[in-house]
Amino acid sequence: MKKLSLIVAGVAALTAASAVQAGTLEDVRAKGFIQCGVSQGLPGFSNPDDSGNWTGLDVDMCRAVAAAVFGDASAVKYSPLSAKQRFTALSSGEIDILSRNTTWTMTRDTQLGLNFAGVNYYDGQGMMVPTALGVSAATELDGANICTNTGTTTELNITDFFRANGMSFNLVAFEKADEVVAAYDAGRCDVYTTDRSGLAAQRGKLTNPDAHVVLPEIISKEPLGPVVRQGDDVWFNIVRWSLNAMINAEEMGITSDNVNKLTFNEKTPAEARFIGTEGTFGKELGLADDWAYQIISQVGNYGESYEAHVGPNTPLKLDRGVNALWSQGGILYAAPIR
Amino acid sequence: MAVSKKQKYAFIRSEDAPVLPPPASQAGITGWLWQNIFASMADYSSLGASIISLMVALLSVCILYFGGIQIYGLIDFAIFSAVWSDPQVIKREACWTVDQGGALPSGWHGACWPFVMAKHKFIMYGPYPSEELWRVNLTGLIGLLGLGWVLFERLPYRKQVGAALLTLYPLLAFILLTGGNSGASFGSVSLWLIIGLAIISVGRMGKRGFLGATFTEFSGLIGFAGWVFVIYNAIRGMAAVDFGLEPIDTRDWGGVLITLVVAITGIVASLPLGIILALGRRSEMPVARLLSTIFIEFWRGIPLITVLFMASVMLPLFMPEGVNFDNLLRALIGVMLFSAAYMAEVVRGGLQAIDKGQYEGAQAMGLSYWQTMRLVILPQALTHVIPGIVNTFIGLFKDTTLVSIVGIFDLLGAGQSAISDAAWSTPVQALTMYIYIAVLFFIFCFGMSRYSIYMENKLSKSRSH
Amino acid sequence: MSRTSSFIYDRQIRGIIFQMFLVFGLLLGAWWLGNNTLINLAEQGKSLGFNFLEQTSGFQISSTLGTWAMEYNVGTSTYLDVYFIGIINTFLVAALGIIAATFLGFALGIMRLSQNMVVKGFATVYVEVLRNVPLLLQLFFWYFAVLRALPSRRGQVEIFEGAAGINITGLYLPAPIAQSGAGVLGLAFILFVGIAIWLKRWAKKRQYETGQIFPAFWVGLGLIVFGTSLVYLLMGQPIDWSFPVFKDTGPALRRGFQIGDGMVIVPEFIAVWLALSLYTAAFIAEIVRAGILAVSKGQTEASYSLGLRPGVTLRLVIIPQALRVIIPPLTSQYLNLTKNSSLAVAIAYPELVSIFAGTALNQVGKEIEMIAMMMSVYLTFSLLTSAFMNWFNARVKLVDR
Repeated sequence: MKKLSLIVAGVAALTAASAVQAGTLEDVRAKGFIQCGVSQGLPGFSNPDDSGNWTGLDVDMCRAVAAAVFGDASAVKYSPLSAKQRFTALSSGEIDILSRNTTWTMTRDTQLGLNFAGVNYYDGQGMMVPTALGVSAATELDGANICTNTGTTTELNITDFFRANGMSFNLVAFEKADEVVAAYDAGRCDVYTTDRSGLAAQRGKLTNPDAHVVLPEIISKEPLGPVVRQGDDVWFNIVRWSLNAMINAEEMGITSDNVNKLTFNEKTPAEARFIGTEGTFGKELGLADDWAYQIISQVGNYGESYEAHVGPNTPLKLDRGVNALWSQGGILYAAPIR
Repeated sequence: MAVSKKQKYAFIRSEDAPVLPPPASQAGITGWLWQNIFASMADYSSLGASIISLMVALLSVCILYFGGIQIYGLIDFAIFSAVWSDPQVIKREACWTVDQGGALPSGWHGACWPFVMAKHKFIMYGPYPSEELWRVNLTGLIGLLGLGWVLFERLPYRKQVGAALLTLYPLLAFILLTGGNSGASFGSVSLWLIIGLAIISVGRMGKRGFLGATFTEFSGLIGFAGWVFVIYNAIRGMAAVDFGLEPIDTRDWGGVLITLVVAITGIVASLPLGIILALGRRSEMPVARLLSTIFIEFWRGIPLITVLFMASVMLPLFMPEGVNFDNLLRALIGVMLFSAAYMAEVVRGGLQAIDKGQYEGAQAMGLSYWQTMRLVILPQALTHVIPGIVNTFIGLFKDTTLVSIVGIFDLLGAGQSAISDAAWSTPVQALTMYIYIAVLFFIFCFGMSRYSIYMENKLSKSRSH
Repeated sequence: MSRTSSFIYDRQIRGIIFQMFLVFGLLLGAWWLGNNTLINLAEQGKSLGFNFLEQTSGFQISSTLGTWAMEYNVGTSTYLDVYFIGIINTFLVAALGIIAATFLGFALGIMRLSQNMVVKGFATVYVEVLRNVPLLLQLFFWYFAVLRALPSRRGQVEIFEGAAGINITGLYLPAPIAQSGAGVLGLAFILFVGIAIWLKRWAKKRQYETGQIFPAFWVGLGLIVFGTSLVYLLMGQPIDWSFPVFKDTGPALRRGFQIGDGMVIVPEFIAVWLALSLYTAAFIAEIVRAGILAVSKGQTEASYSLGLRPGVTLRLVIIPQALRVIIPPLTSQYLNLTKNSSLAVAIAYPELVSIFAGTALNQVGKEIEMIAMMMSVYLTFSLLTSAFMNWFNARVKLVDR
């Protein structure tokens, strides 16, 4: 009797009953916020500062959905997840959306009971080597020691690449990204491999970032995007169209600065449909009509988000490359809102 | 040849001999040096003894030489060569040598303390919002005061404070740290409270014989059930009151806060379970004994890291749909079950040390099993095992570093996260932070182990008649 | 006493009823958990089954004893091979760690009892510092300290000219290759060991009967060493050595120690072994010290008064009694060391938890089966250790009147 302690109180208070299947929108509305699964700290994509404020490209994805649903981009709570926990956290209902630079693969789409709602960053696996090695192409890496992170597709891709090219290698796979970087920096291995965006993000943690070079080869396709549970089409549509709205806004030239002018001034029919003064697109999604307006005014369009977190003016210095709009040489192409 | 009486004795003392000082090898500096250092190197009487003397001499020289170098290097790194302040707030450049673009001489190697000081709040509290830190500090202060009161011998009401510490303090800590306001509806809480009170009164009436003779004997059990309802719902009710505190998710906790929460909750929560398991293992009922043994051997046989993996990955699978466990709660459950097994063994040791005469005496007085345990055996056994419990706590405190592998920011995890902050990236960043964390752990664990030795000595003195 | 109240107050009946409730409750709980699990699994589209063990694993593993023993090949080896590799690597580091920790722990324990202040002070500081800092922290320290201290991949520190060297990619040693006739050598070795054991028994029997002492230990040792060497020479040196090859010219990636020659011990293994041994040695030192102090001084004095020399006293009187106190906590330290080897998941040493419950689990996703397989390994080992300890305790127990 004396011993009913924190555990009992904790279980009583923290067991939140929320239905796992269709109805995420209702649950989220009842809770008043979106639970967003993010990484444990990847600069540019989802990274906390010392007071716990999260920023990044993946964070903006969640904020956009929150802006669309609640009209308030800050109605989000973040769960840092390791590579191991991320899918079980989503399928068990602990989080509502997984925005954690997760690669869209067939296995994950079909076997885990999850759906990928789109791609917000087209990435590929790359390799970084010290400049002193004098290597300029990945095919010269026969006999290399390679450091990587365990629990991701990276290990499989690098094994396939080396086998396909008939090269031998040694793999040293760590649990946490920080240790991989530290071991690579200490010289334990010759090559550090992960997604190119990850290479750019972790580069800043090396003692001498300029003494390393990223090899030109991209050895796998890594389309990264937000993930939701299967069987919940309403929520799936909301996430997918939030992403599409951000991309379409960039195409149409709508930014967070000029979106307010559009509400009062002359606008084209496409812009009218976008910000909700024409048509019932919001209602079809189950949201208010100004859902896209809220996204752009609070979070910005895709280009703004990219520039702010991973663009050439950030420490990551990633240029748009394939992530540019289709009309500007990239492959970002969103379905029209009509 | 006959000697005259005067010459029979060569010398007769007429007064006391002067008191000589002790020999050089026994007193003073030389004596101390001889006994503590050189005596062990001086025995060459046999082959074995000579070998030992030579080895001791060699060891001493090596230890002094290498140990001296290492200790000097450490002190030099941490104190003499260290950078202590960063007045211009240039962050990592304050700890850069001229080769990297800073101000320190080339070849400098010393600690970068501004880095540690800047990250200090993060190490202690994790990403807890700064405006709400007073809640954590208040909880810690109350806990320390309570603990000090219980441990300091001359203060009155130690037992009452101890009981409050075990029962009310966790609730208080929970409300303060997470913000309470758990959402349980007052309607249901009051309903259960009323039901509980009704059951207690029924039990009371039964005890007084108002409901018949048969009922009287069950009344104890019924009263117990009623009390369980009342207390459980009182706690639920308290946790649901909105005190106006900002709710803070356990994901925002980190650093020393998490380490202490995990370790303390693990120990406190595992104590009752451990006692029950220990009693079960010594019970005469074969089923209880078998189940307790299986439980204890199972949880002691697997490493804590697999327990944590199991808890974080598999616990959601075992629960019905829609029941969500907070990440920290899962780790806490795993740690609690794990340490309950160790606690059971410690308590069992204590129970075994109790003289059989105590059991027999209690039986002779007609006490039931539970009365014997409650009034006679457990009080003695638990005082016996306090050093063992403190040792288990020290071990658990060190083992909490493993939760950083399952994604919870404990002290080590916070330290590693601080190390990966690019704004402070220097070659000495990692070493400085690890030294700081190691010193924190050392102070805490060493202090606790000293206390445990002190308790052990006190208990053995008080027990020897 | 009325019949209904005997259900509470009659101890036997109460006991039986309580046990029935216990079993019933347990079965109910197990059914509830199992049911939830099956529902949750079905929802995620997963099923229970062990046929994933036949799938090929698609990832590389650092070269260690396990990969060598199971001849791990990326395209053809299965997850079952991965499981066995994990077990072999775990037990390798545990066995070597136990040996090193025992020697170091005994040495430290004895050092702590020395009269020499320098030696005693060192042992005390060692024990206190290493016992109070978490093992994970020590592991990181050794790994990154070891890494930073070693020369890079393209350099080396030579230990023996041309035969052994060390750099950041590992410690390279000559590898023995068994030729024909090595089997005979192995058999001869076992035969000599058997003869030595029999010799010891015979000498003891002879001492009981006639009082004459035969130096069985030294004779046996000499027999093993010289006998085996003789057979080795007679069989024409049937063990070939493959020496590590170090190249310091040529393309950058091809420089350094070459893969395939000699035996490599990866730095992760060295770091795990160092951290585990040093940490456990601190605990063993305390146990040894307590054991030696537990033997009453009267034993030494009585032994001296019988005319036994200090060396013989130590060997025949003190140590057997000290061992009685030392062995039980010592075995539990061995168990802790084996369990602590699972921390190697933090620094990429491919032991059971890190490759099977880490990488393989991520790819296969069958949590329940894989975690059950992993736990059964640890449970088996700990149950064996407990059984041994109970047998040993029963054998040497002081019998109460």
